[in-house]
Amino acid sequence: MIDPRISIIDERLRRVSRILAISSGKGGVGKSLLASTLSLILVKKGYRVGLFDLDFTSPSTHLILGVKGVQPTEDKGIVPPLVHGLKYMSIIYYSSEYATPLRGVDFSNAFIELLSVTNWGELDFLILDMPPGIGDATLDLLRLIKNPRFLIVTTSSPLAFETVKKLIGMLRELDVPIVGVAENMRTGSSSIQQESRKLNVRFLGGISYDPKVEENLSNVDGLLKTVFAKEVEKLLKHITE
Amino acid sequence: MHEWALAESVVKTILKIVEEKGIKKVTEIKIKIGEMQQVEHEIFRTALVQLKPDELKDAELIIEIAETELKCRACGFKWLFQKKELGEDVLEAIHFLPEVSHAYVKCPKCGSPDFEITGGRGVWIESIRGEEA
Repeated sequence: MIDPRISIIDERLRRVSRILAISSGKGGVGKSLLASTLSLILVKKGYRVGLFDLDFTSPSTHLILGVKGVQPTEDKGIVPPLVHGLKYMSIIYYSSEYATPLRGVDFSNAFIELLSVTNWGELDFLILDMPPGIGDATLDLLRLIKNPRFLIVTTSSPLAFETVKKLIGMLRELDVPIVGVAENMRTGSSSIQQESRKLNVRFLGGISYDPKVEENLSNVDGLLKTVFAKEVEKLLKHITE
Repeated sequence: MHEWALAESVVKTILKIVEEKGIKKVTEIKIKIGEMQQVEHEIFRTALVQLKPDELKDAELIIEIAETELKCRACGFKWLFQKKELGEDVLEAIHFLPEVSHAYVKCPKCGSPDFEITGGRGVWIESIRGEEA
């Protein structure tokens, strides 16, 4: 019994120039917000962008982007719909609003299935919104996709950064490129920049806590006007270089 | 057509195996389709025939449907996936992504969504026969 899907994944991603995983050891640090906002900003700058929500059991980018009433189309595979100018892929097209509990093997199967049938076309960036931690999604990403780069998100909390250290450690051991660490929801002084330096990982910048973000969920124009979005935009130079 | 993408992956994998195993002439390819994914048999076959490169032109193509076996991880109950219990929209979602069955299918005995697909998920290559070089 041979699973044919894996051998086609490289072909499906052949015309994608850069794959960037927005990742963290911890949940609730703002990965999905950062992934969504970054994708929108890249589109505004003229890049061809795809966003793939890999948080299959707790997807949220569709809520941030206000995705409604769209479905992938079929053309020798599935083609993600354009949402605010970006090619958007999520399990929600199929799971709708229902809870979809998935164990590791089910996650892997779903990930492989979507990678093997999704035709992304030509993209400058494919942004992956990762679930937290160094579990199935991260391991499968490293197993299935060639040359991903990681942008690591933390908050100022030492609890978050401790988990991030483990992620960085694992990626280092595997020689996976790390773009750097972004410190989200910063409220005052913090030691993340120093801590990043100690780990010899580039500190990309701090992003202030901005209550306006919550007010602009599903309102992309409003979201892009927030201080949060302006600060995310400053990360761009590290991503597009 | 989603079936086209599945067929493409099957052909690519067969060619890889043929090369790795040094098969000179492929005589038979047996492919199984799990019932759960409801792959359109004829569209899939047509795609395979159209995609089949010269190396595989003499191969007999056998496509069989396999029952999808489910086993509850909570209570151990085993059962077969039944299309008739689900609506059209749900079946279409499962067609594209069988794992979303965890959102719609529950163990008939204890109601848990924590089940395992023990057989008959998706499309797989059962066997390739040929003459070795």
